[in-house]
Amino acid sequence: MSGLLVNNLSVSHGAISALRNVTFSVEPGQLAAVIGSNGAGKTTLLRTLSGLKDASSGNAEWEGRAMLGKKPDELVRRGISHVSEGKSVIPELTVKENLVLGGIWRANRSDTNAAIAEVVELFPRLGERMGQSADTLSGGERQMLAIGRALVSRPKLLLLDEPSLGLAPLVIEQIFETIDKLRHKLGLTVVLVEQNAMSALEIADTGVIINLGEVVASGKASDLINDPALRAAYLGY
Amino acid sequence: MRKKILLFIVLGWVLLIVGDRVDELRVYQGAQIAMYTIALASIVLLTGYSGQVSLGNGAMMAVGGYAAALTLTNLQTPIWFAFLMAVIAASLFGALLGAAAARLSGPYLAGTTLALAVGLPAIANQFTFLGGEPGILFDVGFPPERLGEDFTQYKWFFWIASSIALVALFITSNILSSRFGRTWQAVRGNALAAELAGVNSSRWKILAFTISSALAGLAGAVFAMNISLVAPGAYSLALSFALVTGAVLAGISSLPGVAFGALILVAIPEVADALAGRLGDADKLNNYLPGLIVSVLLILSVIYTPNGPGENLRKLRHKRKAH
Amino acid sequence: MQKVFETILIGLSTGSIYALMSLALVLVWRSTRVVNFAQAGQAMFSTYIGFEISSRSEVFWLGLLFAIVAGALLGAGVDYFFMRVLFKHANSGPAAVVAPVIATLGLLGLIRSFVGLTWGGEFKSIETPASTNGFTIGDSTIPFSPLNVLIIVTTALILIALAILFQRTNLGLALRASAYAPEIAQLAGIRTARTRTIGWAIAGGVGGVAGMLVTANNFLSPYSLDLLLVFGFIAAVIGGLESMVGAVIGAFVLGIGLTFILNYVGTSLVFIGGFTVLILVLIIKPDGIMSRGKARRA
Repeated sequence: MSGLLVNNLSVSHGAISALRNVTFSVEPGQLAAVIGSNGAGKTTLLRTLSGLKDASSGNAEWEGRAMLGKKPDELVRRGISHVSEGKSVIPELTVKENLVLGGIWRANRSDTNAAIAEVVELFPRLGERMGQSADTLSGGERQMLAIGRALVSRPKLLLLDEPSLGLAPLVIEQIFETIDKLRHKLGLTVVLVEQNAMSALEIADTGVIINLGEVVASGKASDLINDPALRAAYLGY
Repeated sequence: MRKKILLFIVLGWVLLIVGDRVDELRVYQGAQIAMYTIALASIVLLTGYSGQVSLGNGAMMAVGGYAAALTLTNLQTPIWFAFLMAVIAASLFGALLGAAAARLSGPYLAGTTLALAVGLPAIANQFTFLGGEPGILFDVGFPPERLGEDFTQYKWFFWIASSIALVALFITSNILSSRFGRTWQAVRGNALAAELAGVNSSRWKILAFTISSALAGLAGAVFAMNISLVAPGAYSLALSFALVTGAVLAGISSLPGVAFGALILVAIPEVADALAGRLGDADKLNNYLPGLIVSVLLILSVIYTPNGPGENLRKLRHKRKAH
Repeated sequence: MQKVFETILIGLSTGSIYALMSLALVLVWRSTRVVNFAQAGQAMFSTYIGFEISSRSEVFWLGLLFAIVAGALLGAGVDYFFMRVLFKHANSGPAAVVAPVIATLGLLGLIRSFVGLTWGGEFKSIETPASTNGFTIGDSTIPFSPLNVLIIVTTALILIALAILFQRTNLGLALRASAYAPEIAQLAGIRTARTRTIGWAIAGGVGGVAGMLVTANNFLSPYSLDLLLVFGFIAAVIGGLESMVGAVIGAFVLGIGLTFILNYVGTSLVFIGGFTVLILVLIIKPDGIMSRGKARRA
């Protein structure tokens, strides 16, 4: 009964320290919103958790097993999927190929096909565009595709990096609704990194506020939303 | 500046004395070292400072060699004028190639100049006035009589080559430590940032190409003098190759290193000869051992001392200090 | 009219060989961002292996098979033992940008000297798999021979196999994804380093075929594939260096074009023709014929 534990994690880019002693945890099946302004270290946090970047100290575990020092491909096989910043699809490939990519690490292609069918059920619009190149999708559709690709790997822990980036307000609302819906439906544990604090905290169970590489506040999302000091200082309204 | 002039005068004086003390073969090798020094300086400027990899410097040497030889044989001009023509012709060609190259990022430039180096003999053979396969003679004549009876031909080459090399290096070192050198480094480091700071990066790349080619052309003319000949075969792909190796060994962005690089380039055939002699002397060994040594050196140095031995020493010292 | 027809046929055969070499270059470029000049050396070494096998067994195809295997192994070895080490060490300072290109040059020199020391510099000729005598139509013999047909057919088969591999298999998808977006590929669970090595192996095998086919019609020496490297590079540039389809089209355009120069102008201008094409493409359409108007920066 242990979800994601991050303990005293520090990461640096060369001589510059990006994260200092970050500690938080996420219970299984919960959604944690990681809030912070540009450059706070949110993206670095996700990149470290998914194995793209090495930590300088601290540890992190998922389901009781260490995550740090592992390659992304190994973590994917352990049910951790990271949707990186900025509509992470490959525009040169078709929608179908982007989805297949999500299950490419499996030896068994029929599992992947079944997973793709489920994803198409969730996002019918992708189903209509299977043969098109991902280049032709709208911004919102691309974000759906990116999340869909991650889902094809049937993750238990989903790391989402700024899914709202560069999208129109209406589409952002849709994306957050979708995330909320599917995480309940699939029982996912989610770490959602966002600048869009209000929308993210609204669908979150817990929140972690990061500023300049350090955790400045964490707790239940509803408490964070209602804390006037935090609202003024970090949530910006 | 005055210190630098003094340094170069002392260097020249040392060379003069050394030239008097060693035998004929060494004097010839000295002239070759001087030639390579100039050629490597051209690579340091182009690759080390402006960040462009070119295999075309062998071709620019050919341009210089042919220009000097044609001037000397057809116009019977003084020697210095032939060398001047080498510089002018090579810079013109360099500016042309540079104008094409400035539009290209790394792989295109390297590939295009590789094509040029591979095809150069074929191209040179196209033009009858270049003398085809056998090439044309390049004869700077006997040393002046006032230098004495026992002043040999090779010593004369050595004198000319060393003085040219000293002057060329002096000028190059001044260029590199000036605004020019710094701008090239800025363009190499981050062309976009340099553009934003108002630097026209392609114009600067062309300039680097032109000056580099001028140096290469000068080296080509000295090379022609040393072997008394210009022929397509002398400016082969292997030469361009050797130049890149020498520059990497020298530390690709270190001008003082070029003398070291040049020394190694001249020493390699010698070492290979000695080795081949020991291993039993088949044609194969004579033909391919120098290439093997050059390639192994190039690979090892590009992996382990990519920025020249100097940097590794600095790092080592840094580490020691830290402990 | 007949001469035009002959020229196109021979051009197709020449273009086939260029296509294989330029594909090898493009495959490596896409995955590693290096124009692998050592490809000429790798192909040459593979061809020498193929030469040994085919001259002993007197079966060209057995030699070709071994050349493919040797090329693939060497390609994988170069990436695994050489490029990985290089990227680990030469990753900072003024040399970082230029180190990979220079390293592949060093490797070309190394393979060349190794081959020279092993087999010497003499010209070797390979058992040809088919007659090099031209077909006779009516009472005239054209220069197009059964060997040319074989070259075209073999290349076509390899291109089809590659197309299936890249478009229809998971490995192909992994190769493409790793080339287009290494980080996304990694996050999707692809072992990108291993995938890259496989890409180098495929390139090496394809290069080996190019070497064998060009040598069947010619001689083999430590320098004999340099020109093929240059033409393969030009073909790849015509295609934009990124696109495999573009590389193949570029190769056929170049092959046919140069054969026209050969037949109508003369041998001596073939290289200059190729070089001129290269410069023209770089000036007029630096992104190649497949580009959709996006400019290539740095």
